[in-house]
Amino acid sequence: MKNSFAILLKSPKFMIGAVLFLLMLALVLIYPQINRKDPLEMIALAFQPPDANLWLGSDNFGRDLFLELMYGIQTSIRVGLIAGVFATIIGLIMGLASGYIGGMIDNILTAVTNIFIVIPSFVILILISVSINSRSSLVTAIIIGITSWPWTARAVRAQTTSLRNRDHVQIAKISGHSTPKIILFEILPYIASYVVMAFVLQTASGILSEASISMLGLGPYNTISLGIIMNWALVFEAPVAGAWWAFIPAALSIALITFSLYMMNTGMDEIFNPKIRS
Amino acid sequence: MNAYSRYFVKKLFWYLMTLVIAIALNFFLPRMIEGNPVSLIVSQMSKGMTDSDTIKRIYETFMKEFGIDQPLGMQFLIYIKKLFTGDLGTSFGLYPKKVTDILASAVPWTIGLQLPAILVGWILGNLLGAVAAYKKGVFDKVIFPVALFINSIPFFTLAIIMLYLFALTLGWFPLSGGYDFQMVPSLSLDFIGSVIRHHTLPFLSIVLVTIGGQAIGMREMSIYELNADYVLYAKLLGIRDAKIARYVFRNAMLPQITGLALSIGTMVGGSLICEIVFSYPGLGTWMFTAIRQLDYPLISGCTLLIAVTVLLANFTIDMIYGLIDPRIKAAQMEEE
Repeated sequence: MKNSFAILLKSPKFMIGAVLFLLMLALVLIYPQINRKDPLEMIALAFQPPDANLWLGSDNFGRDLFLELMYGIQTSIRVGLIAGVFATIIGLIMGLASGYIGGMIDNILTAVTNIFIVIPSFVILILISVSINSRSSLVTAIIIGITSWPWTARAVRAQTTSLRNRDHVQIAKISGHSTPKIILFEILPYIASYVVMAFVLQTASGILSEASISMLGLGPYNTISLGIIMNWALVFEAPVAGAWWAFIPAALSIALITFSLYMMNTGMDEIFNPKIRS
Repeated sequence: MNAYSRYFVKKLFWYLMTLVIAIALNFFLPRMIEGNPVSLIVSQMSKGMTDSDTIKRIYETFMKEFGIDQPLGMQFLIYIKKLFTGDLGTSFGLYPKKVTDILASAVPWTIGLQLPAILVGWILGNLLGAVAAYKKGVFDKVIFPVALFINSIPFFTLAIIMLYLFALTLGWFPLSGGYDFQMVPSLSLDFIGSVIRHHTLPFLSIVLVTIGGQAIGMREMSIYELNADYVLYAKLLGIRDAKIARYVFRNAMLPQITGLALSIGTMVGGSLICEIVFSYPGLGTWMFTAIRQLDYPLISGCTLLIAVTVLLANFTIDMIYGLIDPRIKAAQMEEE
């Protein structure tokens, strides 16, 4: 694992993605410490264009959009990471249990996974979000997480079944190691790199899901996220008012975050998956 | 029963199971809401109304439509029975319009937007991806990051940027809608021209993202195939490069074709937010309105329609693959 981390540092794609992501993270964590104002405070007229004071102008309520953007990126990344953790853990548990234990449990879990692969997760996401009245950003993140695990589960299951009959696993079995121990020490290390990649992708898609669901007006309440900024801009007709600063920066931020995560993932893929190395 | 029929029946059973679960989620989730959505909607609708009799009548009609006066299990049975007769209830927000009528008016717009965009994006993306993998070098170094960046831009982000650039700043295209609002839909040249002008921007924003995604997938598959053992073997045998390239791309195409079939299946729900950005009269815009008005029958109708089309597409793909994929065929043979 230490070794593969050293290789990762040599991958330009991974590094570009990682540096971009960390820079953005640093900016949105540090800036609110310097500018301690409340992002929801109305300090200007509606849709004031950017100037020296208001770097990205103001929104329909006359709020500082640059400050909103800093909090928005923060929320979006947090939602993405939490959703990624949930999706990866559920997918990992489902996939490992079904792939390693096999038999009846495999049949049931695979059936459940297949059912949730074909029902579009965005539909479930919309339905759950419509039915929950007060959604915090944590609740939104968890809902996204529990609707997006099936692909991870299927992939982990495929990898686990191919590992199950390898010699070192058989030896561990004969030596009388317990099932959790075998899964933890004999199987998990071999799929670890894959799981990390899946996590990065799940995080990216979590950020996109949050943005989509918030654009529909089903996002978290009492907070600012990139999707919510876009939703405000649409609902209060910022495009018609010509207020590009109300939605272009947020739109670009979403693109930039997902781009950096995709770059990291591609870099990792090229290293852990030598066959695609060009 | 032969192997294929058994495969068919087995798949059919699982898809029916999935359909039942999708319908159940669609029924039960919106009914988990605390409080009574009907009284909420009626209080909003009757704002300013003074005639208490009218208000009471609206309330009772909605209660009946939503069937809240019955126990939940009974409601579910009625819901399913109505589904079979093609009745998705009455819209709360656009009372007394039927949900099915609203969906029927929206779906042609959505398909008209998506189908050409998916096909064009798919063809161009695959060509670009294949060329990038084959030519390598500078070509690859430019196409790949650009494709990756475009692919990271969510549909709606690109849509909103294009809206700003080409509709607002340059004024080349209309801002919103499916046609000029003062026009009456007809087959006149004026109307068709208006539809095309309104179609261009949402179409382009979907095409660009599709090209990016397809190019990445095709590039990866092609590189994978180019490094496969049979390519090396063919090279050692002295087979011409052009011929090898044909084999490689034919193999790399297979997953891409599945991808195309899937995106055609997910088409109905694929561009909800792109439509919202352009207020395009498709499913997405109706759903946006429905969510803002808490129009539960319409929301349910939209989500159910999306789920059913996706299920149908997947089922069709599975059926065709059962016929043509040699691996599935082999599995069927073993069973016999």
